[in-house]
Amino acid sequence: MNDIVAGVILMIGALFCLVAAIGLVRLPDIYIRMHAATKAGALGAGMIMLANGVHSLELEVLLRVVIAVIFIFLTAPIAAHLLGRASYLTGVPLWSGTVRNDLAGKYDPLSHDLAGLPVKTKKIKQDGPNDMFPVAAAETLSPSRPKDPVPTGPAKTPSAE
Amino acid sequence: MGDAMLTIAIYTTLAVLLIAFAVTVWRLIAGPRLADRIVALDMLALLGLGFIGAIALLTEEDAYIDVAIGLALVGFLATVAFARYVYFREFIAQEGAKDDE
Repeated sequence: MNDIVAGVILMIGALFCLVAAIGLVRLPDIYIRMHAATKAGALGAGMIMLANGVHSLELEVLLRVVIAVIFIFLTAPIAAHLLGRASYLTGVPLWSGTVRNDLAGKYDPLSHDLAGLPVKTKKIKQDGPNDMFPVAAAETLSPSRPKDPVPTGPAKTPSAE
Repeated sequence: MGDAMLTIAIYTTLAVLLIAFAVTVWRLIAGPRLADRIVALDMLALLGLGFIGAIALLTEEDAYIDVAIGLALVGFLATVAFARYVYFREFIAQEGAKDDE
């Protein structure tokens, strides 16, 4: 019984792997290809690992199989997300039949921040503290700036005279 | 009975995975950009995982599962490193262009 169940799960996993590979070749765009490779490929590999656990229902084998499956399902989306972000930010073109691109024009081309988010550090970097807080800058900067030169600079010249 | 069916299923799995492997290698060679090739490499790591799982069933050797865990780890790290390479390569190229201007 274990053998038959393991064989069925194994062959279903292999079919998922084949579908992922065919999608990798047939789909038109890197982002869509990533969709095939990540989801169907991870499911196929996970099912093949699961067939091992079903075949020998021992605790040590099952534990390692579960660890492997969890690891695959955790890391495949992370890797795909990193690769998709890198390729989108470096300007890999989308398929010509793409219907919707919500991120178009939303990324700052230099800092790669999302334009819709209120990023405070970016504003301070761009404008400087004087433009953002003119009153506070006048209060904090004007006493300290003249104070340093006044005792050293003009105070010495009268004494020298 | 079940044992023979399992053996047939394992060999069928190996054949199907071999076809998937060949198809993915085609994408690895023909991929127009570096990112396409990296996706194909990630897929190859997953297919290698499938091969190792099938061989572990065929030989009934438990240690192959540890090999599969190791291969999953290495494949994930390779994909992450390649993704960062793609990103920073373009970034450094932009910075260099700015310096030339």
